[in-house]
Amino acid sequence: MNRTVVFILKSIAKAVSLMIGVSILAFTLVTVSPLDPVRMNVGNTAYNSMSPEKKAELASYWGVDTPPVERYLHWAKEFLHGNMGISLKYNRAVSEIIRQKFLNSMVLMLLAWLLSGVLGFCMGVLAGARRGGLIDKLVQGYSIVLASMPTFWIALVFLMLFAVKLQWFPFGMSVPIGMDPADVTIFDSLRHLILPTITLSVVGVANIALHTREKMIDIMESDYVLYARARGDSEWEIIRRHALRNILIPAITLQFASISEIFGGSVLVEQVFSYPGLGQAAVTAGLGGDVALLLGISVITAVFVFGGNLIANILYGVIDPRIRRGQNGGK
Amino acid sequence: MVENRKELIIYASAKKKRMNNRRKTICIFALAVLLLAFVTVAGRSLWKEASAADFSRKNLGPSLQFLFGTDWMGRNMLDRTLAGLSMSILIGLLAATVSAFIAAFLGTMAATMGPKVDAVITWCIDLMLGVPHIVLLVLISFALGKGFWGVTIGVAVTHWPGLARVIRGEVMQIREAPYVKVAQKLGISTGKIAVRHILPHVFPQFLIGLILLFPHAILHEASVTFLGFGLSPEEPAIGVILSESMAYLSAGRWWLALFPGLALVLVVSLFDLAGNSLRRIIDPSSVQK
Repeated sequence: MNRTVVFILKSIAKAVSLMIGVSILAFTLVTVSPLDPVRMNVGNTAYNSMSPEKKAELASYWGVDTPPVERYLHWAKEFLHGNMGISLKYNRAVSEIIRQKFLNSMVLMLLAWLLSGVLGFCMGVLAGARRGGLIDKLVQGYSIVLASMPTFWIALVFLMLFAVKLQWFPFGMSVPIGMDPADVTIFDSLRHLILPTITLSVVGVANIALHTREKMIDIMESDYVLYARARGDSEWEIIRRHALRNILIPAITLQFASISEIFGGSVLVEQVFSYPGLGQAAVTAGLGGDVALLLGISVITAVFVFGGNLIANILYGVIDPRIRRGQNGGK
Repeated sequence: MVENRKELIIYASAKKKRMNNRRKTICIFALAVLLLAFVTVAGRSLWKEASAADFSRKNLGPSLQFLFGTDWMGRNMLDRTLAGLSMSILIGLLAATVSAFIAAFLGTMAATMGPKVDAVITWCIDLMLGVPHIVLLVLISFALGKGFWGVTIGVAVTHWPGLARVIRGEVMQIREAPYVKVAQKLGISTGKIAVRHILPHVFPQFLIGLILLFPHAILHEASVTFLGFGLSPEEPAIGVILSESMAYLSAGRWWLALFPGLALVLVVSLFDLAGNSLRRIIDPSSVQK
């Protein structure tokens, strides 16, 4: 069979096995929780005044007495059919809530992902092109300082500065307060999206900028760039012809692999800006003991992250022949 | 020799530099560690004062008497911040140390116990790296019923994959090194090779990795506590302080969020500084960087 096909199939198999692993892990974690699902659902007072028969009936409804493995298989089967259970907190189907919140989060994360990718890449190229120069020092300093800042604190500072002090942007919520959701124009939604997106992008830039800078420095010190200089090519020509081609693929790959970080950041940012996305729903579910929703969000997140990693793997393997050979020929 | 040096002005001027790079790095390392120790001790000794409410002085902005201001219960924010930082540092120390030992154990196992064990451990590493830390921490904290142990265990079991990967690679490389092969041919026991040849090489990596884990551990502890899954609201913790400050932002009480956050950033950078200077001290190849 074709080597590329084998490579792609292998990557897919690995991603699928990882997703199953995550679902088992998440299921185990919510199962061992000391919080009793029956009690959580009906409330403590109602539970205490209930007859033993009723309790037993409820327990079997929530599957407390079935062994965990069986329960997991049952849950997984239902999950694959799109039935993720009923959320206790919202009293609606989990799949419906996830679909709605997911769209909100997706817009935020996609924008931040693109913005941080493009910005970080440009910063890295500029910094690496002149090693030790002013831009290089600024970019490096920025990235290092940023690494020691908690995301949610940056979000808080931005909120204080831009929403409270300068009042450029609204204070939280994805729609203006007191407005009918139907009346909300696209500009209103956009205005509420700007600050979270900027926060998330500002945080996401560091990694890709530093990575691109390293690669850029390697290339600018290579023999072929030295030759191009001797030939009299201008700096811009060298960057365009030699550098960009070599660093674009690793940068894109890195950006695909960083979906996990962006998601982690978005949980915190959504919480600070009270943006109604998946991250906020996950926090609400966790705090309220909403097992079905928490489980659903964890698994959906994992699907996305491993999907991103899979794309990164395949992209790298298919486009860059060196990696492809390394993956197959090594064994 | 001494007379010679006096004649050579270039050398003499070079000697004027009071400290060489290595000395300077050691000083920076010591200073960072000292500062962190000071914050921890100060925070622990201010524990009582940190939660002492005094309603006659509530909602004061920063002043000379209250450098970080006071909150709506009249608690001194400087004391609260220091107490919170000491808590963060202690949790960070505990969680990062446990995490680093897990990393060392699994990394070594992956590198030495054959391809099957290696595949399983690599798969676990990919699994842990794949799920966003925050989500995993929320899940673990949920499973353990929140609180101190929820966060600490959560941070400890989520932060090992990166370092495990490094140690795995390092051990694999050294196992193939000529001097280890020669030692094997000479009939030296595996245990002795591990202690004499492999350990001295891996230990510095382990130590640096351990210290560089602290910043992550501390930031994640603060984040999880901020979201409400970590330390309980009664305890002085940076995450708690910052999440409480959210309610007062629109009232313009900026000092409640700004200073505690800055202090946290400072502590995290100090750990970073300590780790990186230790790397320069131990690892000869990066001395001059």
